[in-house]
Amino acid sequence: MHRNLQKIKEKAIEKALFLSAFFSVFITLGIVGVLIFETFEFFKEVSVFDFLTDTQWTPLFAEKHFGIMTLFAGTLLTTVIAMSVSLPVGLISAIYLSEYASKKIRIAIKPALEILAAVPTVVYGYFALLFVTPLLQKVIPELSGFNSLSSGIVMGIMIIPIISSLSEDALHSVPMSLREGSMALGSTKFQTSIKVILPAALSGVAASFILGISRAIGETMIVAIAAGQQPRLTLNPLVPVETITAYIVQVSLGDTPTGTLEYKTIFAAGMSLFVVTFGLNMISYFLKKRFREVYE
Amino acid sequence: MVTTDTAFRIERLNIFYGEKRALKEVNFNIPAKAVTAVIGPSGCGKSTFIRCLNRMNDLIPVFRLEGKIEYDGMDIYSKEVDVIDIRRQIGMVFQKPNPFPKSIYENVAYGVRIQGFNKKESLDNAVETSLKKAALWDEVKDRIHESAFSLSGGQQQRLCIARALAVEPKVILFDEPCSALDPIATAKIEDLITELKKDYTVVIVTHNMQQAARVSEYTGFFMMGELIEFDNTQKIFTAPSNKMTEDYITGRFG
Ligand SMILES: Nc1ncnc2c1ncn2[C@@H]1O[C@H](COP(=O)(O)OP(=O)(O)O)[C@@H](O)[C@H]1O
Ligand SMILES: [Mg+2]
Repeated sequence: MHRNLQKIKEKAIEKALFLSAFFSVFITLGIVGVLIFETFEFFKEVSVFDFLTDTQWTPLFAEKHFGIMTLFAGTLLTTVIAMSVSLPVGLISAIYLSEYASKKIRIAIKPALEILAAVPTVVYGYFALLFVTPLLQKVIPELSGFNSLSSGIVMGIMIIPIISSLSEDALHSVPMSLREGSMALGSTKFQTSIKVILPAALSGVAASFILGISRAIGETMIVAIAAGQQPRLTLNPLVPVETITAYIVQVSLGDTPTGTLEYKTIFAAGMSLFVVTFGLNMISYFLKKRFREVYE
Repeated sequence: MVTTDTAFRIERLNIFYGEKRALKEVNFNIPAKAVTAVIGPSGCGKSTFIRCLNRMNDLIPVFRLEGKIEYDGMDIYSKEVDVIDIRRQIGMVFQKPNPFPKSIYENVAYGVRIQGFNKKESLDNAVETSLKKAALWDEVKDRIHESAFSLSGGQQQRLCIARALAVEPKVILFDEPCSALDPIATAKIEDLITELKKDYTVVIVTHNMQQAARVSEYTGFFMMGELIEFDNTQKIFTAPSNKMTEDYITGRFG
């Protein structure tokens, strides 16, 4: 009797676990489905050619233009600035932590760096707007109050832990025997790190870069707050721009009626974003897998 | 007893890992331009000992050394000595082949490059000469730019030997270089070691006593961190003067 009850309980637990797993897969598919559907609806009204080649993005104005390149320029600009901060800093700290730091220091610094990633992005956004921009304006007087420079820099700071933590994992898992082999030939620690360990960990390090880029492209709050909301096809870091994510927030927060063309732009923009970040995540996944194949 | 020149003069060597003592009062003279084998049961300190000779143990944070190791009349643990310089003169080949994830060519060229020589001609030269000395050239000369991982285990180990030779050391240390290899690959490495002793001082750690007997002129027997006996290889294997050596040789323990 007691046995039976336990069996039923086991079955019930298994079913519940299966259902929740199924549910999350279902939701994901649902989201992608809605995204695809609404994007199709959008392209019934706007040609793909215009979408990709128009140089203006003004869906909320009387004279409507749907040039996604305008938003992509904003995204590209903030992402490039962010990566030029997070890449070198993240990589240097990864090399330091993996190759130079004592175990004690590594154990202390790693979580400290990871706290950077736990700060809510809205805090970063206001940090960029109210602290970094005024600071930069002292050096660059022509810098606008909203600009891609300070949002990019702050976004880069936010991404440092992603790069440093994942790169450090990749560097650290390079077998000790390679370090010994290099040191035994009379190389310095620096030569060993740069010429043997880094190349050996390259696919893992590259995966962290790509993940960082994909994080920068998808970042919303910082750019919505500090980069301005003016779609503009420019590569000038000193003026206000709008990224894809910031546009989506802007429309979502306004009172755009469901089913209108303006409403559908969100999905078209979202789809573009999804395609790019999905592609990057796939590349990152394959790189990491290749890295594992080499060493395991 | 030992008539040749001495390469390493080791006096009262004590090694500690933290609190644990791994070597006790080792006195050892290693002859130059000969093959010296280091044998003993596993965990007796053979690797610890050989890794002291090129200061590889410096990489271990808890490592501590007492006593003196002189190479070519110079105290290699003194403050004035440049450890990089020591390792260039005293090369090492490890238990498991550890080629870099680079091409065959770049593996051999690496040690030359880090010394600042980047001229293609001199690199080509060093690569070819070293691969020939390591008896690998004929097998790889047509695919020198392929990954080192495309080689078999035995070839990888000879590549590691070539890599060590390319920086023109005077001494080569081998720490159980054949323990991951099959008998045929092992025979090739042994031939190579016999060849190398004409120009180099060779120290080889092995737990394979036949190997020690085959390749070396001198043998040191370690047990529990102590050098029990050191003599001509032939004497060690036919008429050891210590009872423990005899027990080990005849396979009574270890
Ligand atoms: N990095 C290390 N830290 C602590 N103890 C070590 C370390 N390396 C070796 N030892 C200890 O030193 C002793 C000798 O080891 P080792 O030199 O590797 O012996 P062998 O090569 O003869 O098998 C062993 O008891 C081993 O546990
Ligand atoms: Mg050993």
